[in-house]
Amino acid sequence: MLTLTHFLVLAAILFAISVLGIFLNRKNVIVLLMAIELMLLAVNFNFIAFSHYLSDTAGQIFVFFILTVAAAESAIGLAILVVLFRNLNTINVEDLGSLKG
Amino acid sequence: MNWADLNLMPAAPELFLFSAVSVLLLLDLFVSDAKRGITYVLSLAILAVAAVLQLAVAEPYAIHTFSNTFVSDPLSTLVKLAMYATTFAVLVYSRQYCADRGIFKGEYFTLSLFALAGMNIMVSASHFLSLYMGLELLSLCLYALIALQRDSVPATESAMKYFVLGALASGLLLYGMSMVYGATGSLELAAVAKSIGAGSANQVLLVFGLVFIVAGLAFKLGAVPFHMWVPDVYQGSPTAVALMIGAAPKLAAFVFVLRFLVQGLGPLVADWQGMLAIVAVLSMAIGNITAIAQTNIKRMLAYSTISHMGFLLLGLIAGNADGYSAALFYTVVYVLMSLVGFGILLALSRAGFDCETLDDLKGLNQRNSWYALLMLLAMFSMAGIPPLLGFFAKFAVIMSVVNIGLVWLAVFAVVMSLIGAFYYLRVVKCIYFDDAVDTAPIVVRGDMKLLLSVNAVALLVLGAVPERLVALCVEAMKQSLTVL
Amino acid sequence: MDMKSLYLLIALSPLAGSLIAGLFGWAIGRRAAHVVTILGVAVSAALSLKVLHGFLTGEASVFNEAVYTWLTVGGMEFSVGFLVDTLTAMMMVVVSFVSLMVHIYTIGYMQEDPGYQRFFSYISLFTFSMLMLVMSNNFIQLFFGWEAVGLVSYLLIGFWFKRPTAIFANLKAFLVNRVGDFGFLLGIGLVLAHFGGSLNYSDVFAAAPGLANATIAIFPGVEWSLMTVTCILLFVGAMGKSAQFPLHVWLPDSMEGPTPISALIHAATMVTAGLFMVSRMSPLFELSDTALNFIMVVGSITALFMGFLGIIQNDIKRVVAYSTLSQLGYMTVALGASAYSIAMFHVMTHAFFKALLFLAAGSVIIGMHHDQDMRNMGGLRKYMPITWITSLLGSLALIGTPFFSGFYSKDSIIEAVHASNLAASGFAYFAVVAGVFVTAFYSFRMYFLVFHGKERWMENHGSHHEHHGDHDDEEPSGDHHHGLGPNDKPHESPWVVTLPLVVLAIPSVMIGYFAIEPLLYGDFFKGVIVVNSEAHPAMAELAHEFHGAAAMGVHALQTMVFWLAVAGVALAWFFYMKAPHIPAAIKQRFAVIDRVLENKYYMDDLYFNLFAKGSRALGTFFWKVGDMLLIDGLVVNGSAKLVGFFSGVVRKLQTGFIYSYATTMIVGVLALMTLWFAQLIF
Repeated sequence: MLTLTHFLVLAAILFAISVLGIFLNRKNVIVLLMAIELMLLAVNFNFIAFSHYLSDTAGQIFVFFILTVAAAESAIGLAILVVLFRNLNTINVEDLGSLKG
Repeated sequence: MNWADLNLMPAAPELFLFSAVSVLLLLDLFVSDAKRGITYVLSLAILAVAAVLQLAVAEPYAIHTFSNTFVSDPLSTLVKLAMYATTFAVLVYSRQYCADRGIFKGEYFTLSLFALAGMNIMVSASHFLSLYMGLELLSLCLYALIALQRDSVPATESAMKYFVLGALASGLLLYGMSMVYGATGSLELAAVAKSIGAGSANQVLLVFGLVFIVAGLAFKLGAVPFHMWVPDVYQGSPTAVALMIGAAPKLAAFVFVLRFLVQGLGPLVADWQGMLAIVAVLSMAIGNITAIAQTNIKRMLAYSTISHMGFLLLGLIAGNADGYSAALFYTVVYVLMSLVGFGILLALSRAGFDCETLDDLKGLNQRNSWYALLMLLAMFSMAGIPPLLGFFAKFAVIMSVVNIGLVWLAVFAVVMSLIGAFYYLRVVKCIYFDDAVDTAPIVVRGDMKLLLSVNAVALLVLGAVPERLVALCVEAMKQSLTVL
Repeated sequence: MDMKSLYLLIALSPLAGSLIAGLFGWAIGRRAAHVVTILGVAVSAALSLKVLHGFLTGEASVFNEAVYTWLTVGGMEFSVGFLVDTLTAMMMVVVSFVSLMVHIYTIGYMQEDPGYQRFFSYISLFTFSMLMLVMSNNFIQLFFGWEAVGLVSYLLIGFWFKRPTAIFANLKAFLVNRVGDFGFLLGIGLVLAHFGGSLNYSDVFAAAPGLANATIAIFPGVEWSLMTVTCILLFVGAMGKSAQFPLHVWLPDSMEGPTPISALIHAATMVTAGLFMVSRMSPLFELSDTALNFIMVVGSITALFMGFLGIIQNDIKRVVAYSTLSQLGYMTVALGASAYSIAMFHVMTHAFFKALLFLAAGSVIIGMHHDQDMRNMGGLRKYMPITWITSLLGSLALIGTPFFSGFYSKDSIIEAVHASNLAASGFAYFAVVAGVFVTAFYSFRMYFLVFHGKERWMENHGSHHEHHGDHDDEEPSGDHHHGLGPNDKPHESPWVVTLPLVVLAIPSVMIGYFAIEPLLYGDFFKGVIVVNSEAHPAMAELAHEFHGAAAMGVHALQTMVFWLAVAGVALAWFFYMKAPHIPAAIKQRFAVIDRVLENKYYMDDLYFNLFAKGSRALGTFFWKVGDMLLIDGLVVNGSAKLVGFFSGVVRKLQTGFIYSYATTMIVGVLALMTLWFAQLIF
């Protein structure tokens, strides 16, 4: 029998993976975008699980909105990535360090 | 739901803003680059009309609409009016700057206005969903605005950083919201507060959610340790966009935090007070101390912003209406000051030259003593030197923590503001006592000169008679919080 | 005209002058700028004299009223209000009169400076701020005035600050005044918190006696007297502003500013603000013997050791600066002895003769074409007769020659300390008496080096070049030279420069004689300065022994103090006039030398080695170890460096990489989570 806790733990694991993806990844900016997507999906998992166990549809509606926003976010992220690649000829995370201090 | 019951009036300014900006987006397609001034004038007109509409629909109490996802109360009215004025000033200040850099395009105006619409939603939201939508609308517009200058390496780099970190912060915030949703079973702020107050919510889930929410909110304010994006973004983005990010969004973020923590998670005040105290102490310390080592003035202003956010949090930490009004007053004053500071940088920049480092400000007094005086006013006000407006703002927030007995925090804030005064005065020293490195004539459009002067002199005049402004903030806060 | 508008006019007319000269200086030209500012200050000075006259004749009464309410926040009221009583009236006259003289003097001194109008605007603004400070009837306005004078002084010290200055040097002067202000603010905070919630003087003073035995716990479990803590904190503010040890380090550095500023701000007015504040607060300070002892110790250290430092300076302005520090120490000692009226009396006489000495030094500097090194001067009396005579009068007043104004105030301080029954008075008495000798020595060392002896500007052309670095800021214009050329002669300064010298010389000589009786022993300060004469009987004893100003002067001739001063002058004369010539004189004039005489000179050499070299060595020691190493190096530069160091370290955290930013955020979240879950579990 799957309980709420199972879903929450799964979501937490997904969330942790995505966070690790952001700060362990030192190579590719695209991986960062993927990690961000994953993070939003982990949150969606949470919302749906709660929504189901609370018998309240509001949480599921919220998920639709998050999915939409995530799509828009990816679009902007990829656009910035393209501009970045044109300027730097690289999408290596470690090359993004000229602004510091 | 019954559509006939839907009251659109409280949201009339936002509805107008959305439709007008969409029309502007279309119209702009038919405007040639040479006539881009039309878009500019139309944008200003849209802001003016929205402000008038805002005044027309203002009521001295809170009205909820859109199934309790949207609220119009005196607080939101005041802040929205301030944001219209701020955006107006930003557009005026940045006109020449953008024209010189090839970003005087339709996108600049439509993105700015969409960002403003997003801020309006944030300010008027009373539901997690609308809060989130407003926030994302603002953030997505800002990411795009920073990258608007497509050939600039620092701009794109900072856009990428802001994007990744901003998305991470949104993720944290959402994760926190989902936990609070799970604990309380509701997404509506008032219902969430009611459920927590009744003690029926799961404490572990709540605290878990609260930590994530505080982190997300602190990121939006730019408070330590969620501040790392601020200096890079301020430095990397075009100065006009940096001003856009540094001004109105701070107002929106403040109300956003207020709605979340006070209206939604109010019963957890003891918990978030402590978290905010840590964040505030770190912000004041790191912001002020790091600013001393900066030579890039935009970066210095970024660290100064971080420390200002620390001060602003003091008012929230107080946890009472007086403190919230003090924090609101502080935010308004901060926006006024940063408009002047960045405005001067914009005025001193010209085609092919960005006024960015302390060296560029050297000897400003010899070049143009009026702008030197305006910058002096801004710096002294930021440093909190009486009788300028910044002093009263600092005084108000510090008094609010003294009133709840947190004297150590007040003393710490005073020490930090004394250390902070140093780098502001260093700017003044550069302006007045050093020889000019850059001696090009300063050419500024008349409208900008007028507005910038009014803006800066307001710091002095309002410093002399701050009562009215303080009363406005106190009234708005009182009338909006009574319904809680 | 009613009194309210009269006082408003006094305060606001310099502001009007300042605004006109500052905002429209470019349009109205140099002449109009100085006319309008001088007019503004002259109005203040004339009306202040009228007010003082009113008090002297008994026509005027104490004025205590709010003029304008600024803002009410959370039950607290910020208002502009005036409290004008005899103490205020005296300060108003001193401030506006010295300021007027400095304004006139500036016409000559700044003649060639491109920032002429701006300068006039600043000094008028300063006059306004200072008047607001002394006329205040509440702590908030006092603090505003306090900050405003500090700010204008910062602007003025930096008036010629054109060289690239390191961050640390800048940070230093700033931090020193922050320390003082911080103490002052905390003191005001305590007053607000514990004295009935009002910041008006009258309310606070009314509440004070009831709180004489109140205590507060700063650290849990340790109860301290509220009055002592408040008074010491307020006094820390005074230490910053009035340059008391160890917060004195900023004052010598402030000599980088133009000389009129040194006279107005760093000698006559702003630096006395701290002393004025303590006198104003006498109803509070009287209630804490601990605070009074503290004040006395700080004052006596400043009085004696800053005098030592004056001995070894070669820059003419620095000698006067150290002398100012030492005299401020004297005033502070008087405050500690509960002789507030004497302290204010010395503030007044000192304002006149020290402004005179500074302006005379400025006149010498003009005459020497902006060379400030005394080793390049000498014999100037022939070329600058007015400067010479007025400097002599000023120096005589400074060292306390009987019948001169400085004598009455300084001798009264020494007597008051003698009569004081506080624990610290023994040490303080030694310090102020020894200080008399030191004062006489360095004052006349300067006097002889500058005005008498060989005309050294002819010979020493190599030596003052090494000082160019110090004087780069002293450039009033691009067209000038450092020091005199081989064929130049020093010349007397124009009348706008010498007139203030003459006008200031008059009170420097005479005011003490006429003012001592009414000021110290009459009813002048009655009800304004509160002395608990049972606990602190010094003033009462002095009044008992006082038999008129003339008798005091005659009596002084028989005291040790007078002969110490004479000894100081004689020693200075001997070493800076006589001794340098001794070897040559012996060879030329006396072919056959009396052995006894030679022995006598040998004794003198010994004397020189013991005392002069000794005190010089002591001075150097204090300067090197005390001032430069400990205070400048460790405390001031140390904290500046510490801040700079942290700044550098924290900067490193901002690596520029997205992953490290993200890591910081996650660490933040985890830290908050750990803290709060720990709370939840335990």
